[in-house]
Amino acid sequence: MTTKTLDPVTLAILNGRLEQIADEMDATLYRSAFNPIIAEARDACHGLYHAETGATLVQGTRGLPIFVGAMAFAVKAVIEKVARDGNLSPGDTFLFNDPYAGGTHLNDFRLVRPVFREDKLYCWIASVGHWLDIGGNVPGGFNAKATESFQEGVRIPVVKLFTKGVINNDIVEILSANSRVPLSNYGDLNGQLNALDLGERRLDELLDSYGNDTVEAAFEAFSNRAEAMMREEIRALPDGTYVFEDYLDNDGITPDKLTIALDLTIRGDEMVLDFSRSSGPCAGPLNIAYSTAAACCYVALKHVFTSVPANAGCLRPIEFVIPETTLLGVKPPKPVGGYTETILRVIGVVFGALAQADPARATAGPFGTINALSIAGYRDDGSRYVMFSFFGGGLGGNPESDGLNHANNPISMATIPPAEIMEASYPVLFTQWALRPDSAGAGCHRGGVGAIYEVEAMTDADVFLLGERGVYAPFGVAGGGEAALNRFTWQADDGEHSPPLASKVADVRIKPGQRVRIEAPGGGGFGNPKTRPAEKVARDVRLGFVSREAAREIYGVETDAAGNIDMTATMKLREGAAA
Amino acid sequence: MNTNVKTGGASVVGVDVGGTFTDLFFHDAATGRFRTAKVSSNRGDEAIGFLEGLKTFGSIAELGSIVHGTTVGTNALLERKGACTALITTTGFRDVLEMRRRDRLNTWGLWGDFVPVIERDLRFEVNERILADGTVRKTLDPEEVKAAARRALAAGAEALAIVFINAYANPANELVALDAAQSVWPNENVACSSQILPEIREFERTSTTALNAYLQPVVGGYLRKLTDALKSEAFSGRFHIVQSNGGVMSTETARRLPVRTALSGPAAGVIAAAAISKAAGFPNIITGDLGGTSFDVSLVVEGETSLAAQTTIDFGLVIRTPMIEITTIGAGGGSIAHVDAGGLLQVGPESAGSRPGPVAYGQGNTRPTLTDANIVLGRINADRPIGGKLARLDVEAAKKAIEEHVAKPTGLGVMESAEAIVKIADGRMAGAIRLVSIERGHDPAKFVAVPFGGGGALHAGSLIKDVGLQAALVPRFPGVTSALGCVIADIRHDQVQTVNLTVAALDTEVLDKRMVAEAEAARQIVEEAGLQIERIDVIFELDMHYVGQTHTVSVPLPVTVENGSTGVTREIVQAAFDAAYQSSFSRLLPGLQAKIVNLRTSAIGRRPHFSLGALAPEPGTTVEQAKRGNRPVWFDGGWHDTAIYARLALPVGAVIQGPAILEQPDATVLVDPDLMARVDDFGNVIMERKG
Repeated sequence: MTTKTLDPVTLAILNGRLEQIADEMDATLYRSAFNPIIAEARDACHGLYHAETGATLVQGTRGLPIFVGAMAFAVKAVIEKVARDGNLSPGDTFLFNDPYAGGTHLNDFRLVRPVFREDKLYCWIASVGHWLDIGGNVPGGFNAKATESFQEGVRIPVVKLFTKGVINNDIVEILSANSRVPLSNYGDLNGQLNALDLGERRLDELLDSYGNDTVEAAFEAFSNRAEAMMREEIRALPDGTYVFEDYLDNDGITPDKLTIALDLTIRGDEMVLDFSRSSGPCAGPLNIAYSTAAACCYVALKHVFTSVPANAGCLRPIEFVIPETTLLGVKPPKPVGGYTETILRVIGVVFGALAQADPARATAGPFGTINALSIAGYRDDGSRYVMFSFFGGGLGGNPESDGLNHANNPISMATIPPAEIMEASYPVLFTQWALRPDSAGAGCHRGGVGAIYEVEAMTDADVFLLGERGVYAPFGVAGGGEAALNRFTWQADDGEHSPPLASKVADVRIKPGQRVRIEAPGGGGFGNPKTRPAEKVARDVRLGFVSREAAREIYGVETDAAGNIDMTATMKLREGAAA
Repeated sequence: MNTNVKTGGASVVGVDVGGTFTDLFFHDAATGRFRTAKVSSNRGDEAIGFLEGLKTFGSIAELGSIVHGTTVGTNALLERKGACTALITTTGFRDVLEMRRRDRLNTWGLWGDFVPVIERDLRFEVNERILADGTVRKTLDPEEVKAAARRALAAGAEALAIVFINAYANPANELVALDAAQSVWPNENVACSSQILPEIREFERTSTTALNAYLQPVVGGYLRKLTDALKSEAFSGRFHIVQSNGGVMSTETARRLPVRTALSGPAAGVIAAAAISKAAGFPNIITGDLGGTSFDVSLVVEGETSLAAQTTIDFGLVIRTPMIEITTIGAGGGSIAHVDAGGLLQVGPESAGSRPGPVAYGQGNTRPTLTDANIVLGRINADRPIGGKLARLDVEAAKKAIEEHVAKPTGLGVMESAEAIVKIADGRMAGAIRLVSIERGHDPAKFVAVPFGGGGALHAGSLIKDVGLQAALVPRFPGVTSALGCVIADIRHDQVQTVNLTVAALDTEVLDKRMVAEAEAARQIVEEAGLQIERIDVIFELDMHYVGQTHTVSVPLPVTVENGSTGVTREIVQAAFDAAYQSSFSRLLPGLQAKIVNLRTSAIGRRPHFSLGALAPEPGTTVEQAKRGNRPVWFDGGWHDTAIYARLALPVGAVIQGPAILEQPDATVLVDPDLMARVDDFGNVIMERKG
């Protein structure tokens, strides 16, 4: 890097300009993508990366948070490929979905393109998006029963899709032949190429007007600034080691719980995140690779230290200990298709440990499962359909407010595809789309309320679900209570069923008129529920978020059905509760 | 050809009621005469200021028509002061409004919650169901609706929204419910979603319908009060409202569709800026309204404003109806400058607003704002503050604040710090402009910045240079731009209808019939408005995409209704789609099916031409007479002796070389040393690069 120093004005301006480039790449893909997981749920991300190290230089402000953390590893995988093979030219574009080489799971396709200036590699730009289906045993990819990566879909290593601007159509044909929905994938691929074209154009314009050296110096300054801000945040926390554990229900194969254990150490302005005490690699798809684990720690820290900018500099003061002997640092071909559940738990334990270091910055456990649901079958005209979606729940109570009702998970900004879009696209009928009473963790600030979704099939259909939190509930902090468990049921000729492994099933067959039902958890509570103002508890009763029984037993507030408070009884119930 | 006979006199008054001032623009079409007025707004009872302002033009009874830009709806939404509202919806779906699209407030950070405008105990479910293809799966029992409506009334609801799942595909059950509800509801504040927004996506439709109901008693009551007050003054002309799409609607329509007034005030400003600039020979502009806390930007291409299909007023408050696309960033005169933990100088988003306001106002704020920096640099005249409420500004206090909060932590001098604050704010404003222009593929060299409101003209010069704009145009009366917009805005009505058919499966006869019917309905609403118009244009647009995509591109159809038919064909639709898609994404996907999602129909009643020449300065003044002396102003690292002019006294054709400052009661125009300014035939100031 150059040593040119920039005035604060130029820096501030370039900061905005560069972020805008990544933002506009995001927006281009959202608008032109084919599958709702990108177009509606925004399961995508774009950015600029360091020419030699792949470190994140600039990220969009709207990209999927978990990708923001993982992309640097993806670009690094391309850099390693180029180091092996040589032959990097302007107009090249690489493609891959290898989860072990800086990917996440097989559905996430990365496109990485070099940006050249004056015949020299200047930086990389990259795009990642979730494609709807890439083969494997389960339509949509979330195979709860996978024991090897090969059962989850097709794994594409880093390959050159474009050489000097010319596309290798053989690769496109291989991809098409391996998906249940080739047109959807083809549309998304083109959307990602649109985004890269636009990003490259915008970056060129910016470099033309400011000069390569100036922008390069700005990159370095941004990283230094992010590092300085992160060190400042860490220094403000008391030194010590904070221990937190949470659990995954099972790996989809055996009923055994999986432990995610974190020892978080603060030493001056440095932080160590040590996951060594976590369970070993599991047989099912709940493993993750090192890059994914590191990326989700980054996401957790960004949610707590919101003002620290999103670039690689903020990770410099952090040391990760994620051994290969745990389920958080696995190698191929260990299955990783259920990575979403594991990373949610990793993010949760970071929140839990930080809550001990400083309760004033705490967030109780979010609902913590994506409930990836596929309903697949054939329409009357014989065409195949795969309805895939993931669902919401409540966020955790926090020092400022109750948790948000029916939100997305911390790993994404995904919005849910509307029921009407689902019904117009697939032969399904939603019979309920509602908030779920008594699903939130109690607290002075309670958790956000979870949700109930009930879907009726209009054809014979195969149902697949990959969820979590069916055995271990979202945790409360600072005296707050746990949220409700996740619950999945389906109707059959002989009545209602629920999965033997709590929240994961594959190959359930339902008939027209039969329904499946997800009851998603709320968020954990913050603070002692007995200190929640009685009027707020009464309001929750009136609105049907909290039952009268829960109001009495957990919050110590006696109400009638209309939500009127019985003050005498309430004072008696609350006697001795800390103010 | 005048298709409508107007009532009353030939005069039109535009009235823009803002938070602090009510601005009025009076125009007499018969004589070409115009006048402006500014009176204090009376928050809470806007009718007082409204009438007081009108009376400055003489007897209200003599006025021909009044067109009003209002922020009553906007404020009711932002401050959550709408009416107690109830919702009746399909069994299983009463929480759609509160569940939103499962979003959250911020990308980073998980705190904060959301309270919907209709609480859960006022959301009622009834048994009914329509399928996605319009089939009725379960018919509705009207008695169930009546019972729910009675419960809502008993709970204190003043307005009622009815939203059924898939009602966009078949409104039958909603219409039965509407009828049943109206039979027990004591007022006019009842509507169903298929009347408000017959478009797919249940949350967006529910939110729009619910917000409409929420605003109905507030906006309706406000308009009734104004109408009564006008009546008591024997006013017999037409009274109209500006919509968020920049068009005018009747007060009857506004009372039925108050959600369409959400951006009424700002939209009028954009309309006026577009008209002024077009007349001056600049059809491509970017408007910039710099207020106390924000900078609002809007794009006008070839004289046409850009409309956004959907706008989020605040987290979870989504309105899906075409509105002038206004991009807002948190950089205003009151934005506070500070150095963050990483050592970077930031301006905003925290703001001192207009109260306590900048440090120099002496109202208790001690942290430096953008306005303080402009004062310290000598760009704002400390002895003659805009608005006229303060006698003089405290320059020393502003300097001290900049020294303490910016100079010390950055190691810069005080003047350099002040200049850096302005440059960073300029950079953020430039970013907003880039967002709406370059990033959408427009060449900035073809665009002119049009600042309106009080502060924008201080920054227009640097925006020219930062973004590479052609020039800046400062209207002669920047402070009354919105009121002027009320006078010249066309009458407009927009409709949408979900279609959901592929081009291949399209029966063009059916589509044609639908277009003709939609056009007729929209045209009728425009005709009924009763303002004088020259003609009615009907515009058709399709929302289209490739099968499988969920976002759409807007596809203008090059057809009009002639002899009861549009003559639309499959080929016309396909060609229009290809052209629109290509220009949005550069890559067509041949072989894939294109699909029509929605049909959008707009009827626009074109108002008689308004001659902006009336605004021009009277002849007989000279540049010398307009000169008010010199003062030192800081530019580019040093003091420059700068000429000061009374802007309104400058004659047509005057050319002023920078550095210079042009002052007028409601705005300050800054001409940088490397720019020059000239006064055009309409009295606008055009700023361009020298040479």
